[in-house]
Amino acid sequence: MIDALIDITLLAFLAITAIAIMRTRNLFAVIMLFGIFSFLTAGLFVVMDAADVAFTEAAVGAGISTVLMLGTLAITKEHNEQLPAHRPWLPLLVVSVTGAALVYGTLDIPAFGDPQAPSHLHVAPRYIEQSLSETGVPNMVTAVLASYRGFDTLGEVTVIFTAGIGVLLIIGGQVQRKRRKGNKK
Amino acid sequence: MKHNLILRVVTKLLIPVIVLFALYVQFHGDYGPGGGFQAGVIFSVTFILYALIYGLDTAQRVMPMGVLRALASLGVLIYAGTGVAALLKGGNYLDYGVLAASPVAGQHLGILVIELGVGITVSSVMLLIFFTFAGRGRA
Repeated sequence: MIDALIDITLLAFLAITAIAIMRTRNLFAVIMLFGIFSFLTAGLFVVMDAADVAFTEAAVGAGISTVLMLGTLAITKEHNEQLPAHRPWLPLLVVSVTGAALVYGTLDIPAFGDPQAPSHLHVAPRYIEQSLSETGVPNMVTAVLASYRGFDTLGEVTVIFTAGIGVLLIIGGQVQRKRRKGNKK
Repeated sequence: MKHNLILRVVTKLLIPVIVLFALYVQFHGDYGPGGGFQAGVIFSVTFILYALIYGLDTAQRVMPMGVLRALASLGVLIYAGTGVAALLKGGNYLDYGVLAASPVAGQHLGILVIELGVGITVSSVMLLIFFTFAGRGRA
């Protein structure tokens, strides 16, 4: 009962935030709203007992992303340009049809927490039964992330590393060149 | 923000607490929620906070870009190196079971080490990106 109430409140706020993001033209306000959106999502994850995911969402989605978007905003301008006036009917139709198809697709998905769901019958029982005795790590999420799915996580770390290299290559070099020029003057 | 006394004092008080929390999340990730990704982000937040309040140059004197670049590579190297260490000990790549006397101890050790690698890379890459963006806005 309480869970449903919290779910409904969080989802309602999520929808309100999404609409506010669409309708706001001030990009600073939009970034703040994105942060709120991430925190609400983190709250939903906590309600679903996914503490690790909620933790990541709060730290990365609401924390670092907001700071990075603010940093980007500082080197661009604060106001979105007025959109060209075009008719909203075709986009609305596309979005409605896609949304209806997605909702129709959810009808076949097993209920939330259904123990007979295919995703719970494959390797999940082994993780639940064996992970503590095989790895000695009580947090099952850590055991799966770091040991059973070690290759995945290695890939994720490499992706983050590559993102850092990409940022450095694209905009990092210019700063140093400009500074060097400034020093010569 | 040179003259904002309250912000400066509060920042000084907060930074040790945030570092401690980051280390807790990093090394307690086996027992509670958390792990390298979250800890890395929280750790980088301390330097971002410091840079916001005390200025980018001061923050970069504490944590130079060259060090960050080396640390970002070091984290990936620790992770991939753990896999190679397992190979050398006669196991499969990233099979931590062979790293210590018993398979369970090896798994535990391997998970701790690779989480450390994840944390180092995530925190230094986040800082690299932040410093690069903030430095560009000023130049």
